[in-house]
Amino acid sequence: MSDEIVQVDGLTKRFAGVVAVDNLSFNARKGEILGLVGPDGAGKTTTLRILAGVLSADAGAVLVAGQDVLVQPEAVKSRISYMPQQFGLYEDLTVTENIRFYADIFEVSRTVRQQREDQLLEASGMSRFRNRLAGQLSGGMKRKLGIACALIHTPQLLLLDEPTTGVDPVSRRELWSILYSLVFEGVTVLVSTAYLDEAERCHRLLLMYQGRRLFFGTPDELKNMLPGAVLSISSPDPQALQTAVAGEQGILSATAMGDTLHVVVDDPDRRLAQLRAGFEHAGVPFGEPRRIAASVEDVFVYVISQQETQQGS
Amino acid sequence: MNLRRTAAMSRKEFTQIRRDPHSLIIVLFLPLIQILLLGYGARLDANHIPVYVLDQEGSQDSQALLKAFQASPYFDVIKAVNNYHALVRAIDADQCKLGIVIPWNFSERLDDAGRTSVQAIVDGTDDNSAQLAEGYAQAVVATYASNVQLEWFGRHGLAQDASNPLSVDYRTWFNEDLESKNFIIPGTVALVMALMGALLSSLTIAREWERGTMEQLIASPVTALEIMVGKLVPYVGIGLLDAALCAVFAVGWFGVPFRGGLGAFFFTTILFLIVILGIGYMISVATKSQLGASQYAVLVTLLPTSMLSGFAFPIDQMPAPIRAITYLVYSRYYVSALKRIFLGGAGINDLVPEIVAMTIYALVIGFFATRAFHKSLQ
Repeated sequence: MSDEIVQVDGLTKRFAGVVAVDNLSFNARKGEILGLVGPDGAGKTTTLRILAGVLSADAGAVLVAGQDVLVQPEAVKSRISYMPQQFGLYEDLTVTENIRFYADIFEVSRTVRQQREDQLLEASGMSRFRNRLAGQLSGGMKRKLGIACALIHTPQLLLLDEPTTGVDPVSRRELWSILYSLVFEGVTVLVSTAYLDEAERCHRLLLMYQGRRLFFGTPDELKNMLPGAVLSISSPDPQALQTAVAGEQGILSATAMGDTLHVVVDDPDRRLAQLRAGFEHAGVPFGEPRRIAASVEDVFVYVISQQETQQGS
Repeated sequence: MNLRRTAAMSRKEFTQIRRDPHSLIIVLFLPLIQILLLGYGARLDANHIPVYVLDQEGSQDSQALLKAFQASPYFDVIKAVNNYHALVRAIDADQCKLGIVIPWNFSERLDDAGRTSVQAIVDGTDDNSAQLAEGYAQAVVATYASNVQLEWFGRHGLAQDASNPLSVDYRTWFNEDLESKNFIIPGTVALVMALMGALLSSLTIAREWERGTMEQLIASPVTALEIMVGKLVPYVGIGLLDAALCAVFAVGWFGVPFRGGLGAFFFTTILFLIVILGIGYMISVATKSQLGASQYAVLVTLLPTSMLSGFAFPIDQMPAPIRAITYLVYSRYYVSALKRIFLGGAGINDLVPEIVAMTIYALVIGFFATRAFHKSLQ
């Protein structure tokens, strides 16, 4: 397809014999948000670093806008923007000085820079803080400034490594609205995230586990992978209920979430009585099991626990 | 090399120095402190050496000799004691560095045969001061003796023949007063450049790693060469400023002569800075930590510059193997150039050997520095 701006094929990366990325293939289209999800150590950061051209690979091909990043990493850098997890701003420079530094490094013309700088600061609500030192900004504002620096040269591809980790909910929402407006401009965004509610906002998801691809498709397709149904049971002690039924026949996964327990079962009608019996045995009060729509998180937990049991056996 | 990116890097680096109190102290105060400390502290000559005297005779002749000591700027006769033990105790207690003992038969023997001796006891704890005190004491006695001799000849009617004895008339060039401050202070410029340049440049790359900004630089189109040049250019400027500051201070405060060319001074300083900054930069690339890098940098630059450059310890007095090593010490050429510019009035044309050696160093270090850093996380 011609609108595929990223094409990754058979990407493999080892660190001292440990496989961090294992024969990974995926693609990203122009103007889409592709979410990289997976537990810590799944290889998300390594994948993004290779795409950004800051890390070499051991095997495979990575095409960004038709150029092979592995062969000529410098050729694509002006079209990509990469924001690492630990986005290091120059804390002893002001907001404007940070933005201008990156504008100069990416050779943005002065008129475009001024326009773009105003627009980006306006969008992130930071116009008032132009002359403040970056070190004196709050965590959320630092992230927004990081994004502004990353976007000053209008990249075709934006690589974000967990941009919302440690960011307050309001700033998170602002960040996502910035991402959507970018997509509208035709920018492709690859974003890794630890928040699975954010995964629902992505157009497509790449679910990684131990360097391998477990799933690649839309959030809806991911939810269809769930064989049974999700039941939600409210309880003051969902942890106790979880231990009571986990691992039983037909109970595919059980996860405590706040004051509810989410149980994935193969057949809700058949398993209801079995669950009740198990819960009563635990001696903890519980509400009536309700059938709910599967969230990405439910599927994620199910898929990962399947992998772990497979490996365990 | 892209000029705009390089300039952006320089501007950023300069702003960071301007806002970092530690860097500012290194840039502004270190040179002054260094030159003051070395200008006052590291003097190798001795003035006002404290002297106790024991005059066992108490004659006109013995008093005349003691007056000669008193008149000398090198000695301060603090006290006259009346027994030998008191003199020994004074030296033991570090109340004086030199004890002069005039024997009871001093003038008798002087009149008699013209041959007598005076005992000088020198505190040899500090070898350098002891040698100086001994030398000065001999000079004072020799002057006195020649006067006595002339008088004796005069009294015996031989005045006309003897008043014109053959004498060697020494004349020292470039440092006429043989003042050690003139010898030492020009070299401190090299010490300041080495310390300041190495400390600051060793932080450049390590700082980007420690603050987590390196990953973005690697992900940007900026090249390794642009990073290096952009980062080091501000320090060349600062180094030249500090060198000028040192020179002004050396001349204005310490009265060291500056007889050579300004062009030669700044040109050799630039060459030296290239070497020092290149070394600091490579250390910064290799260690990735600011603390570790600054320690290595001081070790590699300051130590050879203070010990083996001829800054304070003359190279031609070193043992042959060490003297051979000094040819490898890049700072010896700069120190030599500085001394010849300040004291000898040298211009660029007079400094060809130094400039050739320093240029070779600058090219070699510069070559390796450009290859030191690779844009990769590994």
